Amino acid sequence: MTTALTPSSPSVSARASAGPWRTAARVLVRHRGAMVSLAVLALVTVACLLAPVYADDVAHTDPFTSNVAGTVMLDGRQVDIMQPNDNPLHLGLSPIGPTWRMAAYPLGADSQGRDVAARLLYGGRNSLLIAFSAAALCIMVAACVGIVAGYAGGVVDAVLSRMMDIMWAVPVYLFAISLSIVTVSQGLRIGPFTVASDNLLIPICIIALVYVPYAARPVRGRVMTLRRSEFVTAARGLGVPGHRIVLRDILPNVTGTLVVLAPLMTALALMAESALSFLSIGVQAPAASWGTIIQDGEGLIYTRPMVAVAPGLAIIVVVLALNILGDGMRDALDVRDGDRGRG
Amino acid sequence: MTAPLIEAQSLRMEYRVGRGQVLRALDGVSLAVRPGEVLGLVGESGCGKSTLGRCLLRLARPTAGRVVFDGTDITALPERTLRPLRQGMQMVFQDSYASLNPRRRIGDLIAEPLRVHRDGQGRRRTAADIAARLAELMDLVGLPQAALARYPHEFSGGQRQRINIARALALSPRLVVADEPVSALDVSIQAQIVNLFMDLRDRLGLTYVFVAHDLAVVRQISTRVAVMYLGAIVELGDADTVLHRPAHPYTAALIAAVPEPVVLPDGDRAPPLRGDVPSPIAPPPGCRFHTRCPSAQDRCRTDPPALRDPGDGRQVACHFPLTGG
Repeated sequence: MTTALTPSSPSVSARASAGPWRTAARVLVRHRGAMVSLAVLALVTVACLLAPVYADDVAHTDPFTSNVAGTVMLDGRQVDIMQPNDNPLHLGLSPIGPTWRMAAYPLGADSQGRDVAARLLYGGRNSLLIAFSAAALCIMVAACVGIVAGYAGGVVDAVLSRMMDIMWAVPVYLFAISLSIVTVSQGLRIGPFTVASDNLLIPICIIALVYVPYAARPVRGRVMTLRRSEFVTAARGLGVPGHRIVLRDILPNVTGTLVVLAPLMTALALMAESALSFLSIGVQAPAASWGTIIQDGEGLIYTRPMVAVAPGLAIIVVVLALNILGDGMRDALDVRDGDRGRG
Repeated sequence: MTAPLIEAQSLRMEYRVGRGQVLRALDGVSLAVRPGEVLGLVGESGCGKSTLGRCLLRLARPTAGRVVFDGTDITALPERTLRPLRQGMQMVFQDSYASLNPRRRIGDLIAEPLRVHRDGQGRRRTAADIAARLAELMDLVGLPQAALARYPHEFSGGQRQRINIARALALSPRLVVADEPVSALDVSIQAQIVNLFMDLRDRLGLTYVFVAHDLAVVRQISTRVAVMYLGAIVELGDADTVLHRPAHPYTAALIAAVPEPVVLPDGDRAPPLRGDVPSPIAPPPGCRFHTRCPSAQDRCRTDPPALRDPGDGRQVACHFPLTGG
């Protein structure tokens, strides 16, 4: 019968269609919260990248050396950075408070007379660098672990999953703190390679490692579903080799999960980094991170709260933005199932 | 008689279902399909017909028994050795959406087998070869060339089944196992796809194993029919013989259950089946159908009937077949 060879409906137009990623991007662009978050993140990142410009050309200050004897020009007057204390006994010295002037200690100084604003920007570079790198590393490792465990199944899955369970059983911060204390006190020596204790690779690797189980578990679950899916069976029936099935059929369907995890893991990594740095086992002095600045501000919390509040606010803003962005990305990537045509 | 293209010999497929229980999806199934035949595999859901289809293509590995494809025993071949043979045997699945990776374009999906396998001269196919073949396949299944640039979700169920068929035919297989390929489609679309299957068989000389629970579809396409019940074949023979003069009471009951536009005289219609299919974890002793059989006798409860020829070329597993003998 020749009638059978005509298409069942003539709805196939000649225009090439948008891929699932482009469709998702279109939905994401319409998600106002995600777009605002993206703008905020971009702004914070650019500001932090411009830290040297601010320190050298605007504030003319060195945020890494002690400046207790320094002065600053304020309203045409030379003002001491360390000022007599304003407590009733006038004992000791307090750093200058926020002046809200771009070039002259806008957020005040810390107990060593360093510009908090400049340190905030430099600290942000480290905090964001560690957060993004740790999240990326964590997701890459988790993707490998999750895909191998989920696709291979059997003994391989059992071994990998139990390892993940053991790591999961240890509280994340406790685990990270234990590892950090060891590596920060001694540095890290792996064969011929030595990593100095102040190298940022140490907190990056530690934070990535402790969060691997959190990211690997959803990936493994997704891969196990995919492995049993009919299109993977179909690929096997077509004679497609296993490694090609993983790369061409499994991986593209896991990337959605990975992409949605990315902002969430970045937020978690940022908070972990701040916690470790606050405990002096993350970023090492004189380098700064938002966590170390909060620690600097701890002793000044009643007299100069801005030293601790400013980096705290920065953390809150970035974590919030990352979470909203993550929500938007999840919404955007889930729609594929919504326009699943039937019949 | 020509040698069978694919043959199952005493296939058993067992699944452990916890607490030492074993689900026997296939219990000693033997059948042979010769080139050019269309074997309709019918039975209620859960009778093992899909499992049989998957075992024939080695998408599942049977617990015992042998599968012989074109003279080669493929039962225990490692996947690597099996891969070149897969070019000759392909599958079309029931769920036309689930069997297409939603993240890949149609052209990419259909090209996959062409990229993975070498051509007749043992060379990798060039991009131009593949593009030409894709165009050919689109014509063959009646889809416009523009479909190649689109994603699976942009098509209707019938169109997607055409895509699945095109992919299955990409390597010019000799055998196609179709696992309920039309049962998820609208009735009007079903006819189109069944016609496409028949048309392709005539044009390409294909051999089909056509799994279905819809007797009307099976009647339209099959040259031979195998009726399965609880993991075993109860009747096997020419489509005309089996579907018009059923010998097994189960076949008769299945045929009677088909809604017919023509009202049969009451006497010609077997009484409807009572009860449910027993669990394949604990199949009844004796004849597995005796719990629901209208003509069951004492012997049926203890003595399992073997498949035998009642005298007209078919095979029936029944002590008291309805015709012949």
